[in-house]
Amino acid sequence: MNGSRLMGIGTYRPARLVTNDDLAKRVATSDEWVRSRTGIATRRIADTDETIVAMGSMAAEKALAAAGIDAAELDMVLLATCTNPSQIPGSGPQIAHRLGAVRAGALDINAGCAGFAYALSVASDMVRVGSARHVLVVAAERLSDYTDWDDRSTCILLADGAGAAVVGPAPTREIGPAVWGHDGGKAGAIRVPGYGDNLFRMEGQTVFRWAITLTPTVRRACELAGVAPSELAGVIPHQANLRIIDALVAGIGATNAVVARDVVESGNTSAASIPLAFSRILDGGQLRPGDPVLLFGFGAGLTYCGQVVRCP
Amino acid sequence: MSQSDILEGLAAILEEVAGVDPADVTADKTFIDDLDVDSLSMVEVVVAAEEKFDVKIPDEDVKSLKTVGDAVSYIQRAGVAA
Repeated sequence: MNGSRLMGIGTYRPARLVTNDDLAKRVATSDEWVRSRTGIATRRIADTDETIVAMGSMAAEKALAAAGIDAAELDMVLLATCTNPSQIPGSGPQIAHRLGAVRAGALDINAGCAGFAYALSVASDMVRVGSARHVLVVAAERLSDYTDWDDRSTCILLADGAGAAVVGPAPTREIGPAVWGHDGGKAGAIRVPGYGDNLFRMEGQTVFRWAITLTPTVRRACELAGVAPSELAGVIPHQANLRIIDALVAGIGATNAVVARDVVESGNTSAASIPLAFSRILDGGQLRPGDPVLLFGFGAGLTYCGQVVRCP
Repeated sequence: MSQSDILEGLAAILEEVAGVDPADVTADKTFIDDLDVDSLSMVEVVVAAEEKFDVKIPDEDVKSLKTVGDAVSYIQRAGVAA
């Protein structure tokens, strides 16, 4: 028993749907322009009561129900977010408290859009080594709190939402070894400067170039898991932009895989995008339990992480 | 590598990445206005050109490549330097 597995996934999508036409009322853009540059048609924007803690907790409750375990059985709660309302306190302990995860440790992980994949890797390793039996990974984001609604290059991309997954023990490694790395030298390419300037900025072309050249790394995650790219049933990259997804996936050779394109409906929800996209494909019945699926997160840091997992 | 070889190679990349008709790719054409290559496609063209011609084209230099001719000269110089 030295493996780990995904036991269940849950999500929360904010109620309010914002279209490209809605945004075109505020900034000079159009539905055609946004769709051709990003693939995005709609996105969800959270209301004031749909906080990181509220959205994360609701996604977590669904994940726990899907996994068939009680919050009291959790040994650890890991929250991946880069959009906490403030630096102090973190939101992970509040989610653990709200869920009733009375004996769990709790902490936040900020790895930008790669946060879910990193947190999943940490959770998997905790379970494998035995320091935890059940770990809850939550990814919750409110990018709208940091969006410059007058910057048409970024406000069209950013969105809100939450996803969660329960990780538990398994006889084999259903959550494969992670590949990870960073280019901290490009830290300024995606940033909220802070010190009074709390708006999201991005050097889109720099990020695009970095992301589409990560294909060999993505293939490496398949190699480590012993799964040929052609055997993948699904590919779920971070939902940044459809152009990045298409360019990145084209080089992998995942010829038989369903490729997640939740970005079209959900925009870029940073760390939450992978569980949101994963859940949409599972709900659509396009994957079966045990199917190998590649997850790959990349973004602010710059940093990336990915792994092949078996569907719950 | 000759200028015409580079031009031909670039035309093939532009066709694959952005659906540009190779017959339209001449030295005087601008990528953005004449060939309708948007900023993200331009990045894909640059990444593909780096691989094809075994050269490095840093981000800060990409902005100076307005026309196909600019890119051909840049790649030729970078190739000699390498």
